[in-house]
Amino acid sequence: MSIKVLFFASMADAAGTREMSVEAAGITDVISVFDRCAGEHPALESYRSSVLLALNAEFAQPSSPVRDGDEVAFFPPVSGG
Amino acid sequence: MFGLTREPIDTARIARSLQRPEDGALVVFEGIVRNNARDKAVRFLEYEAYESMALKKLEEVGAMARSRFDIRDIAIVHRLGHMEIGEASTVIVVASAHRGAAFEACRFAIDTIKEIVPIWKKEFYTDGEVWIEGAR
Repeated sequence: MSIKVLFFASMADAAGTREMSVEAAGITDVISVFDRCAGEHPALESYRSSVLLALNAEFAQPSSPVRDGDEVAFFPPVSGG
Repeated sequence: MFGLTREPIDTARIARSLQRPEDGALVVFEGIVRNNARDKAVRFLEYEAYESMALKKLEEVGAMARSRFDIRDIAIVHRLGHMEIGEASTVIVVASAHRGAAFEACRFAIDTIKEIVPIWKKEFYTDGEVWIEGAR
């Protein structure tokens, strides 16, 4: 089973994709999902200190627990309006 | 009324639909695509969103505005996709009995949108394009 990961704006460019699937084994929290993604797409690493984290479409913390089937999103500070 | 759209926003229609006989003030704010930013000429903009979360967050901004200010109702619509100079990217309409709360709630709403709603702007210049990141 797996976790769905979404990237937006400049982080989608850095990842080279807007969406990926991460194997749930070994995933405990949101930051462990980021670690896995940055391992596959090293350009994401430069966002580590500024990235905003979402879990199932709500803001989350690095330590927020992640379960199989969850949707995690990574994105830069917002610039709408 | 809260929404995301890829079509031009009909501000007057939103304002008319929100207004009720008991309202003494209707404040309308349009965020407009400007032809310059960061000392560069801007040709056009594109906006993208994490749509499911953005819609929830627009509703949350509206709920916060209603709880913090003495207003009757608020509508927020954000447009996504390609926008030309002069077009509205965001429309906020606030209806209330009196002007003070309506102005304050409208200012609160646009400021909060810029902080918590997952929408991003890409500026297109004559010599390239850049994703804009907000202040964190």
